[in-house]
Amino acid sequence: MSRRPYVRPITSEWIFRHPRYVRYMVREFSCLFIGGWTVLMVWGLKQLAEGPAAWAAFLELLRSPAGIAFQLLTLAFAAYHSVTWFNLTPKALPLQVGEDFVPDWVIAGAHFAGWAVVSLLILAWAL
Amino acid sequence: MARSGKPLVWGPFAAGGTLTAFLTPVLVVLTLLQPSGLAYESMQALAGHWLAKLGFAAVIGLSLWSAAHRLRITLYDLGLRADTLVAALLYAATLACTGAAIYYLLKI
Repeated sequence: MSRRPYVRPITSEWIFRHPRYVRYMVREFSCLFIGGWTVLMVWGLKQLAEGPAAWAAFLELLRSPAGIAFQLLTLAFAAYHSVTWFNLTPKALPLQVGEDFVPDWVIAGAHFAGWAVVSLLILAWAL
Repeated sequence: MARSGKPLVWGPFAAGGTLTAFLTPVLVVLTLLQPSGLAYESMQALAGHWLAKLGFAAVIGLSLWSAAHRLRITLYDLGLRADTLVAALLYAATLACTGAAIYYLLKI
């Protein structure tokens, strides 16, 4: 075939063209840590079902240096996900009262306040 | 009218994204600190209740789905264009993990 159509090259270097793209990718990569940590919790359920010794081994795994490092990274990425997610809520859930739209900061602020309340309630239950 | 399967994968993504935004940070703090609430007896008592089982299964399933969906989109952004294969693998892994979680929950 003599026809040579233009094939757009597919690259991933665009990520580094602008800090905004890097921040976008950091947000997207949070899924690896949230997903990985959740799979770890499924493993925890298996250990919990098997008995006290298996559960103790699971808690010990979480206390190992690698376990702590992974959880700290997960905590940082998960918090970043939360902040970006709640900051987007005014776009996802615009709320109209009468003629006017509720200001963005009220909608996002309500979510941040809810986040704080939920976190404190769970901490109060467990601690 | 053209029908789209998109709401089917986007709905759980939005639900899971919201759940992880509210819950994951504080839950990771708990697994880091390992307070008395994480002791074997209290976890058995908690996971022994059917309502908690339901909650665990829903949170795990939706969290995994939103992570898998986001990973799918990210891999596409990074230049991996085998989207059908990626989507099938990731969603299948999500369903398998959720199934495993439900199995273990029922054993507790």
